[in-house]
Amino acid sequence: MAAILQAVGATTALSSTNSFDSKRLRFSSRRSLSVGKGNFFVVRSDGRSNGCYPRDRRAGQLVTNAVATKADSSTASTASKPGHELLLFEALREGLEEEMDRDPSVCVMGEDVGHYGGSYKVTRDLAEKYGDLRVLDTPIAENSFTGMAIGAAMTGLRPIIEGMNMGFLLLAFNQISNNCGMLHYTSGGQFKIPVVIRGPGGVGRQLGAEHSQRLESYFQSIPGIQMVACSTPYNAKGLMKAAIRSENPVILFEHVLLYNLKERIPDEEYVLNLEEAEMVRPGEHVTILTYSRMRYHVMQAAKTLVNKGYDPEVIDIRSLKPFDLHTIGNSVKKTHRVLIVEECMRTGGIGASLTAAISENFHDYLDAPIVCLSSQDVPTPYAGTLEEVTVVQPAQIVAAVEQLCQ
Amino acid sequence: MALTHRSSNLLRPFTTAVFSSTPSLRRPFSSSADDTTTITIETSVPFTGHKCDPPSRSVETSPKELMTFFRDMAKMRRMEIAADSLYKAKLIRGFCHLYDGQEAVAVGMEAAITKKDCIITAYRDHCIYLGRGGTLLECFSELMGRQGGCSKGKGGSMHFYKKDSGFYGGHGIVGAQVPLGCGLAFAQKYSKDETVSFALYGDGAANQGQLFEALNMAALWDLPAILVCENNHYGMGTAEWRAAKSPAYYKRGDYVPGLKVDGMDALAVKQACKFAKEHALKNGPIILEMDTYRYHGHSMSDPGSTYRTRDEISGVRQERDPVERIRKLILSHELATEKELKDIEKEVRKEVDEAIAQAKESPMPDPSELFTNVYVKGYGVEAFGADRKEVRAVLP
Repeated sequence: MAAILQAVGATTALSSTNSFDSKRLRFSSRRSLSVGKGNFFVVRSDGRSNGCYPRDRRAGQLVTNAVATKADSSTASTASKPGHELLLFEALREGLEEEMDRDPSVCVMGEDVGHYGGSYKVTRDLAEKYGDLRVLDTPIAENSFTGMAIGAAMTGLRPIIEGMNMGFLLLAFNQISNNCGMLHYTSGGQFKIPVVIRGPGGVGRQLGAEHSQRLESYFQSIPGIQMVACSTPYNAKGLMKAAIRSENPVILFEHVLLYNLKERIPDEEYVLNLEEAEMVRPGEHVTILTYSRMRYHVMQAAKTLVNKGYDPEVIDIRSLKPFDLHTIGNSVKKTHRVLIVEECMRTGGIGASLTAAISENFHDYLDAPIVCLSSQDVPTPYAGTLEEVTVVQPAQIVAAVEQLCQ
Repeated sequence: MALTHRSSNLLRPFTTAVFSSTPSLRRPFSSSADDTTTITIETSVPFTGHKCDPPSRSVETSPKELMTFFRDMAKMRRMEIAADSLYKAKLIRGFCHLYDGQEAVAVGMEAAITKKDCIITAYRDHCIYLGRGGTLLECFSELMGRQGGCSKGKGGSMHFYKKDSGFYGGHGIVGAQVPLGCGLAFAQKYSKDETVSFALYGDGAANQGQLFEALNMAALWDLPAILVCENNHYGMGTAEWRAAKSPAYYKRGDYVPGLKVDGMDALAVKQACKFAKEHALKNGPIILEMDTYRYHGHSMSDPGSTYRTRDEISGVRQERDPVERIRKLILSHELATEKELKDIEKEVRKEVDEAIAQAKESPMPDPSELFTNVYVKGYGVEAFGADRKEVRAVLP
């Protein structure tokens, strides 16, 4: 069950990632994660801190106007070490391992996470290091092992539940909705459920309808949970750590096709803010909001758009619940046009909620109706040509921007 | 086909129940606060074991314990009956599932364990909450939706919790609490606490798949989980023989040992829970089936008489009532007089009435409470407050 990423189509869509590795370091976070304890570095774009945490030494070397499609690799001279390169699943594992080292109450449970090492290798070798109880191989019983993790979390443990594929967690929907999301409220604040539910979802390479589901649209209404989607090794590690440290239940959406992305990430410890969006490429003409795999389709379209003379601003929203309306709002105020590119279904997806949220909050700043490109409302077909048409392709993004900017 | 009406066999084994205790030791009149003398009493029915040796029928108890049982059960009984009236007076709304008739399970279990052991149950949770140390005022406040309730009025009848004494609720969805209970046991094993978790469920929930999934995992990893089936023979309106091919719930664990207990006998429950705790700490999960009965219907919207006869209900009340059993024990052992017991009941009634009066006067939750406790405050959700009602996005 290795990640299927080396197909030709994938590499072309992702080639643009290498060009803005180093830039990402600077635009990731505007605020610190104010967890009461711990001493960690948070990457800042503006150098301001709230006074409690050590200042980021790199703040002085901002490059504010990086056009990310340039193939330059001016790895800016940072005072810190150059960092290390790794793949996204390794970044997730690194984050997980660091948190398990730091806090003995962090444990992992899921199918084949232990001896097998995880179906996407995220938990490889962890069982040897931490033992079978901390990296627990469960039987195929999503409903009950999710329930077990939540019960354990009620007593103070911090379990990470891995769904081998997010679609399987539909079986655990009751536990996630009622017990995970609502228990803090219905117990009047007595119980905290600091679980992390993570797993790969999204449309892969011809995996079939049941293994290509996008569960973020189903979970988004559950009160009491937070949802984040990672898209690069850098934010994968940062979001994993933030999710584990959060006292709220967090669902971390990974994507089947992104596990083998390579990037250079800092050697120092860093934690990202769960509720913050990431500015991928600043621009002036149109705001493109996206997350997870569609980020790469958008960046590929951005290359074409730049050649045609447009200047799109690309924001990876990362936080699916709650939306980072601050970043998004600032962008809307600047560009006045919004295009949402997502992998969810048209009906009831994240894009639909985001459209409503932006219309509600920033209506006065919009010069054109919000355009939302989503996947078709069909079960994902097996045939490759059909599957390609199910999800949004870069050509459609280019066409939509052109129409929006008329 | 099991569609023919089967006569109730709920009364048959127990007609001689009460009298089996009299041959035991007779003591001269002793003060009810006496904790040191031991009385040995035989349970009404022997235990039946599945893949384990059942414990002995002789239970050791003390006068103090018996008096506590009586007082606690009387309080629980009184509380549930008062809740019935409050519901009919529309002060309690929604769902209200009453526990009267099953009190012996709650008090017997408490007598065998500590507050560090965990209990988790479904929605028939008022009395378990009391047993775990909750107060009448908190109960009634929560039932009436006041802010002084145990869940600040936001949970309701089905969501009573008491974290500091190991009571994990209070769950509305049938069967969902059993995996949670196994999770509690997992955490206990992880932290090497030497404590156990009791996950209570009913005969209706016994047919849920997640129960067997959780049981499999508990047995696989030797978790100190004790699954207690409070078999009151009816899953809402469906009798057990119409819902389960095998209503021997203590055997349904197959490879997991089980014990069938007379759930109307608080001493038998105590003995079984003590046995189960020792077993779970050494050998992993065990199933206890408590043979019990509820006098009320499934909930307040169920009259309780369309699927069973009134004769059956009154028969059980006469022959097997848990409070009466303890009363007879106390009287036969001359631990208190008839009048003293009546006085206790009067006191309890007064306590309950006072708690109700106080709860009626207490305030409703503040409207701002709608948005509190959705997320844990201060942990990474400050950008806007994770529920955006608190802080709207403000552009610079």
